[in-house]
Amino acid sequence: MSVNKLGKFAVIGLSAAWIAGCSTTATDTDSSTVAEDANSTEQAADTGSSDQAYGAGEDGALTSVIVDDTEAAQESSMDSLAGVETVFYFDFDKSIVRPESREALAKHAEYLVANPDARVVLEGHADERGTREYNMALGERRAKAISRYLTIQGVAASQIETVSFGEEVPVAFGHDSNAWQLNRRVEVRYE
Amino acid sequence: MMFKKWLSVVFTCFIFLSTARAQLVIEITSGADQLLPIAVVPFGYTGVNRLPEDIAQIVEDDLSRSGLFKAIPRSNMLSMPSKEADVFYRDWRLLKSDYVVIGNIQKLQNNQYRIGFELLNVLTQKPVQKHSSIDVSAANFRDAAHYISDKVYELLTGTRGAFSTRILYVTAEGDKKAPLFKLQVADADGHRPRVVVESKEPILSPSWSMDGRNIAYVMFRNRRPNIFIQELATGKRQQIAQFRGLNGAPSWSPDGKKLALVLSKDNNPEIYTLDIATQKLERMTNHYAIDTEPSWEPDGKGIVFTSDRGGNPQIYRLDVNSKRVERVTFEGELNTRARMTPDGRYLVTVQKDDGNYHIALQDMKTGRVQILTETYLDESPSIAPNGSMVMYATTYQGKGILAVVSVDGLVKYKLPSADGDVREPSWSPYFK
Repeated sequence: MSVNKLGKFAVIGLSAAWIAGCSTTATDTDSSTVAEDANSTEQAADTGSSDQAYGAGEDGALTSVIVDDTEAAQESSMDSLAGVETVFYFDFDKSIVRPESREALAKHAEYLVANPDARVVLEGHADERGTREYNMALGERRAKAISRYLTIQGVAASQIETVSFGEEVPVAFGHDSNAWQLNRRVEVRYE
Repeated sequence: MMFKKWLSVVFTCFIFLSTARAQLVIEITSGADQLLPIAVVPFGYTGVNRLPEDIAQIVEDDLSRSGLFKAIPRSNMLSMPSKEADVFYRDWRLLKSDYVVIGNIQKLQNNQYRIGFELLNVLTQKPVQKHSSIDVSAANFRDAAHYISDKVYELLTGTRGAFSTRILYVTAEGDKKAPLFKLQVADADGHRPRVVVESKEPILSPSWSMDGRNIAYVMFRNRRPNIFIQELATGKRQQIAQFRGLNGAPSWSPDGKKLALVLSKDNNPEIYTLDIATQKLERMTNHYAIDTEPSWEPDGKGIVFTSDRGGNPQIYRLDVNSKRVERVTFEGELNTRARMTPDGRYLVTVQKDDGNYHIALQDMKTGRVQILTETYLDESPSIAPNGSMVMYATTYQGKGILAVVSVDGLVKYKLPSADGDVREPSWSPYFK
């Protein structure tokens, strides 16, 4: 895969994002609603665009509009990652990258180094045991362990974002060691 | 509806009364049966329309659920007086009832009702609470009942009742792979649930402001966690933290001015405080370990939090002024998510020991630790504003449910739900 080719895709991707951005309202990307109950005294209504953010965050809605389209545009440039594992597992209460994860992670690193415009989100998860906010921290620690592994291999830190879902988004729903093992993971997601 | 079955509260354990919590009761109930027998007589009503709620039944359920009272069944009652002049005390002595609650309901104008009640002592044959009344609309019958329960509880135990309080909790309904998350608010007995916010992305860590008007919570948006504060009455909300990384575990300061929260924007999870009016953010911890789950002490001088700086997660205390940190818990493999009782006497944690996660109570004076629960995968403890009970989340028959345990560990009950997982309970403060 040549850098030129990827560059072209990135341009197409961004323009597509721009066009899509023009026809998409910010609220479409918000999957939440504040319930309304006319009979109750607690009448709730989402303030929507009047939501005020005190934090110094980026505009989440616009980011996500770009997300969808660059994803589509990148599809063919990501052929080199076809069949490469995107989920990496961890031991209980641990955030050490397992030896068997290294080969696949090296391929992700290779791709990211070859494609400096590519962006990856590392989504960390924990099993259901323990408290929820502690598990949020633990999921982040796992995502950061993968992130470190990638940066050591030359991936720019600016290409990587780590996010934690804690125990909130399991993939296995049992309450046993098999299910817990499957849930202690980091998922690699390209944006 | 979610909590239809909450009424059928399951007592897994009955209790005897400890001397500490109800001196008055101990004096009166001698003998083998340590539960205080009380009869709540159906309230008299002469009107023709059907009443919206059975007030006496709600009061009876409240008192029974506290684990301190034993209700005399209606079917055993020899008479059903609704004013003191009609009470034959010997009827109630025969039934071994120490106290009787009687009352009557009168219809007023505009869908309003006047609800009168009195609490009678069978042994002295005198009222403990003389006839008193409150006016409510038909929609607020449950509030009237909980008000009466609070009165009776306080008169007989010396502790303020918490039946008029509410709880916040999160439910995950529908397809497990793509559930609908709902943050709900309900009465402390689980009735009258209302959805505060719903989302296809996770919601967690709901927290009340000290006046009970505002809440804070974490909700994911576009696959990233954000902290919101929301006014319950209007639904008006503000997104107050959307930094890169973690935005979690909001906790209101006792004076209502600040939120303690967790951010990892400066690399790893640290405790911060946010002044809500000035938006000033102050970093409170600085350590390469995980620092999370902050909760203010009742006097606002300290924040207890979870840290694994010692190897395993344990509870530490942060002095808000000096930012000095000291370790608080030493027993158990790990302790997380601490909450302090309103009198500052006890610390409630989630403790792991022998592979099990249970709710533990640590006496802050003596350091003595007591395990309160025997359920499975216990988490998210939240303490009633009168310090009597701890509500927590647990797993029962493969489902997330809420359960309650008294701080002495003697009273335990579950709050099963009709469907879906229930988690993250947060007990409200008193409403003024």
